[in-house]
Amino acid sequence: MKYTEDHEWLRVDGDLVVVGITEHAATQLGDVVFVELPEVDTTVAKGDEIVVIESVKAASDILAPTEGEIVEVNEALTATPSLVNEDPTGDAWFFKMKLDDMSVLDDMMTEDEYKDFIGE
Amino acid sequence: MAELTQLPLHDLHAELGGKFVPFAGFNMPVQYPAGVMAEHIWCREKAGLFDVSHMGQVTLPLDQDTALESLVPVDVLGLAPGRQRYGFFTTDAGGLIDDLMIARRATDLFLVVNASRKAEDLAHLRAHLSGVAEIDDRALLALQGPLAEMAFSRLIPATAAMRFMDVATHHWQGHALWISRSGYTGEDGFEISVPVMAADAFARALLAMDEVAPIGLGARDSLRLEAGLPLYGQDLSDQISPIEAGQAWAISKSRRPGGVRAGGYPGAAVIAAQLADGAPRKRVGLIPEGRAPMRAGVELFSAEGTAIGMVTSGGFGPTVGHPIAIALIDAATPPEAIIMAEVRGKRLPAKQAALPFYRPNYKR
Repeated sequence: MKYTEDHEWLRVDGDLVVVGITEHAATQLGDVVFVELPEVDTTVAKGDEIVVIESVKAASDILAPTEGEIVEVNEALTATPSLVNEDPTGDAWFFKMKLDDMSVLDDMMTEDEYKDFIGE
Repeated sequence: MAELTQLPLHDLHAELGGKFVPFAGFNMPVQYPAGVMAEHIWCREKAGLFDVSHMGQVTLPLDQDTALESLVPVDVLGLAPGRQRYGFFTTDAGGLIDDLMIARRATDLFLVVNASRKAEDLAHLRAHLSGVAEIDDRALLALQGPLAEMAFSRLIPATAAMRFMDVATHHWQGHALWISRSGYTGEDGFEISVPVMAADAFARALLAMDEVAPIGLGARDSLRLEAGLPLYGQDLSDQISPIEAGQAWAISKSRRPGGVRAGGYPGAAVIAAQLADGAPRKRVGLIPEGRAPMRAGVELFSAEGTAIGMVTSGGFGPTVGHPIAIALIDAATPPEAIIMAEVRGKRLPAKQAALPFYRPNYKR
């Protein structure tokens, strides 16, 4: 898995990349009560606010980690937002992207680098 | 920004894993490791311990009751010893300076006011009353929930006999506790003023019980929101009358037009007119049709697109299981009308709902 400074993880799955948020981010957010996912087939640029996530405390955005096309979203999160707290790095993936250039992943943090980043 | 004040029990909150946020000038635990949702549910099912020491505690000499009554639309003279009543300081324009609890005790009057308004309240009191004393050597704890009585009565058996809005002084390990049977969660429970020197030991004695867990500011807000209890600075302000805010019930009969001591408080004419003819705006509950929370400050529109008001408090209700909000809207809005709320640039529908969302379980 690769990690961004916005606390997202990216996992390569065939020719797609699966994106979610880290356990650290889920813990910081608190109990998630609402998730709004992007539309499938939209092209996004790095830094676009594409997911809205609301916890009992506040609303936050998840940014597109890189440019690409959204090819699938995890509708289970819309029905059961609490999955984000229960299994942030597994069942609670947010969307799958098709990247033009998979090499952008090379510049992202490894797990060890991410742990250093969050001070663990 | 001024430096944050630490609560007297700060070290205990840190030891319990509390996560701190600034609130009204205090460094307050917003949640513990269990999290807002679990803490909320715990309080509804068992007993939660809250540190509300940020709130202002004030005593007045008994002979100031008439003067105090001149600042609130509430029957203070008729308040029996050992009883407490909810009230508010009104402005000349009929808005509110603050809401507060007023208790008549054997030897004085005891007030509890909001932390964010303490300075204004004290200045207002001192301008009109004598003998105003701010209590700064006591913590204030709240023990709330259906098992609060069972837990508290293990330490002080006599508290089980108290009824909703009773106040009493009882001793624990030689320390005088000022106790009221009241709270801000919609549950039965107690608010307990305890000397700072005894507060840590007292809190630990409660937390050692299986049914008692610490609850942070986050769940305090969701609990009071479900119970329809207003928060000053959001649902109440100097720009909102108590009639508009749905608090007409708290205006005593004796202080209303035709009552034995009618009027005689700031803004009485405005409030009397609104009691008779209605107010320009009204408080309503909102239940969003979707899952997106509608939070304080969200603007509201009619189905036709006319601006009609705003959400004053909103979020997710863990016990009711869906988002809920309290709103202030044009009084002419029909109760069955769908309200459109602008959330992140989109207009989302909400139904109006009766308040409270959760019916309080007070021990009357």
